[in-house]
Amino acid sequence: MAKRKRIGMEVALAAAEAVGMCNVDVAAVYPITPQSHIAEHLSDLVADGKTDTEYVTVESEHSSMSVCIGASATGARAYTATCSQGLMLMHELLPIASAMRLPIVMSVANRPVNAPLNILSDHSDIMPQRDSGWIVIFSENGQEVIDLTLMAYRIAEDKDVMLPVIIGIDGFILTHMVEPMEFPDQKEVDAFLPPYRPYATLHPDKPLTMGAFAMPDFFPQMMKAKDMALLNSKKTILRVWDEWEKRFGRRYRPVETYRTEGAEVLLVTMGSMSETAELAVDELKDKGVSAGLVKIRLWRPFPSDELKAAVKGARVLAVMDRAVSPGMRGAPVFTDVKAALYSEDSRPIIVNYVMGLGGVDVTVGDFVKMGEKAAKAKKEEYEFYGVMG
Amino acid sequence: MSIVKNFDLYAPRLIDKVERLAAGHTACAGCGEALAARLVMKGLGGDAIVSCATGCLEITTSRYPTTAWEVPWIHVAFENAAAVASGVEAGIKALRRKGRIPDRDIKSVSMAGDGGTADIGLQALSGVMERGHDMFHVCFDNEAYMNTGIQRSSQTPFGAWSTTSPPGAVSFGQRTWKKNIPEIMVAHNVSYVATACPSYPLDLIRKVEKARKVEGPAYIHCLAVCPTGWRMDSSLTIKMGRLALETGIFSLYEVENGKYRITVDMPNPLRPVQDYLKLQGRFRHLTPDRIEEMQARVNLEIKKLMNKVDKLPSWPDLTE
Repeated sequence: MAKRKRIGMEVALAAAEAVGMCNVDVAAVYPITPQSHIAEHLSDLVADGKTDTEYVTVESEHSSMSVCIGASATGARAYTATCSQGLMLMHELLPIASAMRLPIVMSVANRPVNAPLNILSDHSDIMPQRDSGWIVIFSENGQEVIDLTLMAYRIAEDKDVMLPVIIGIDGFILTHMVEPMEFPDQKEVDAFLPPYRPYATLHPDKPLTMGAFAMPDFFPQMMKAKDMALLNSKKTILRVWDEWEKRFGRRYRPVETYRTEGAEVLLVTMGSMSETAELAVDELKDKGVSAGLVKIRLWRPFPSDELKAAVKGARVLAVMDRAVSPGMRGAPVFTDVKAALYSEDSRPIIVNYVMGLGGVDVTVGDFVKMGEKAAKAKKEEYEFYGVMG
Repeated sequence: MSIVKNFDLYAPRLIDKVERLAAGHTACAGCGEALAARLVMKGLGGDAIVSCATGCLEITTSRYPTTAWEVPWIHVAFENAAAVASGVEAGIKALRRKGRIPDRDIKSVSMAGDGGTADIGLQALSGVMERGHDMFHVCFDNEAYMNTGIQRSSQTPFGAWSTTSPPGAVSFGQRTWKKNIPEIMVAHNVSYVATACPSYPLDLIRKVEKARKVEGPAYIHCLAVCPTGWRMDSSLTIKMGRLALETGIFSLYEVENGKYRITVDMPNPLRPVQDYLKLQGRFRHLTPDRIEEMQARVNLEIKKLMNKVDKLPSWPDLTE
């Protein structure tokens, strides 16, 4: 493996650079904070002729996804990026893109959803998209954003997958951070990611009807097929991640762990907060708390088996959620973790801390406090950490 | 149109024999939209990709696993047919440039009803026209949300009954006049804008051929008579389109680079609007004073149109 030069760059720009290396045919991006630096930098790359991409400056996120769907249906490699209200506006189209098996890739600079308006960071925007049929992968730092973006089209366009992919990049906390990162050479990317070879496209030489409507004679089969396709995609995701590790040395798993051996209390995180939580685990161990960290990278398809293996033997799981599921007494990651473990013979106590909403900084000290509290848990808890009232 | 002897005998020979919207679709008897779409496809030719909005045209032609479309066709949602077509155009453009498909002119066309064009679809359509994609949009205007059960749209005519503009003790039906979408398209600096009606098939086909040739966006607003929603005899579809023209209710014109031109002459004087209204159940409740109000408005709209025809030069002429 070649020794590569690490460079300092804002993560949003690195995301755009990675997209630029993917030989994307059509990009349709509507600006929204904190995604806007991706939109801007990608347009720079197109303007400078560094990537040969039709950049469609749409009038809304609804149209950005519409353009991606139309372009992808012709066999073009399509890209978009958004977050928050923009993601909510294109919500209608996400299940259509996945059901039509169009391998679009979208970066989501995770940001809260109104009201009240808040442009900072949490996972409120991605959670309503949970059942859209997209593959959803979370990144933890800038290097992961580059790697996961470059791998996204390989996964999406695999004949055994043919599904769209979202890469979650926490807004500001990650998008606007300047970090040391390394890029593969364009040649290496080209060798890893061949041009998209679709098998069904809109072209007059072989007219096809796409997006037909279905009555009860076919509709349920199509819904089942969609579920099967997403579940089945994990095999390919793992294969592509393995290949990446062989080529570039960095390893990605659906569920990753940090110092979990023999740990009684496991913090469960997703996204950029995981690195902070690692430091907290070190501190908790120093304080004599038997703690470890479980990080969920692959949000959909949900990695139930990997999660079960990762938490085996733990007494308490402390699931950290950066979103709320009002009326449920449990936030989205918590409820899914709980559902995945319900049929196990020995189940841990699971507590749910909702934190980091609307860009609230969650420090190492906060994770330590939550870890210490979780260590004393006797039964299920649900708490808005650090919120008065 | 009668300057050629036996014109009606020869006319069918002028039309492309290839059917690109196949028979066997499930549109209602006498559907003006299905007829219009069939004629549009004759003008369009085979090297085209159609993006269709949710609506009557979509639902009557694409029940899985059947299709009535002999050209590549995609349906995504209700309000975004034009945006999808712009994505198709961008995709084809990129793939041609990169040599991944043969370098051949393939036209992207979006089709939507009046709701998918003038109401919920207006934003996407405006975006497409402003960005200048090489594609055109056809609106099949049947003057209400027919597919969902005849609810009013911004294209429902003044006074008309619909299931959400019912006449009643304190209502006379639709209160508003049709939003002028062709004019809004002209305001986008679209170089070719036209109105059409399948009651005048050669005029319609010729306009589609023109729109097909434009490099950039174009727009065709096609009146689609709807016997079901208009509460009329399904054998009168063609006649109703002609009456719409002869009464001045719907005129056939085109706007090339800002220059308005009437393409099918209206009688002078126009027939009274009552001739059009009395054959349709949706206007049955109208009182004489409302009909008078309608006649006055039609007269005004015709004057406004003729004023544009007479006074507005083409944009290139303005620069000379």
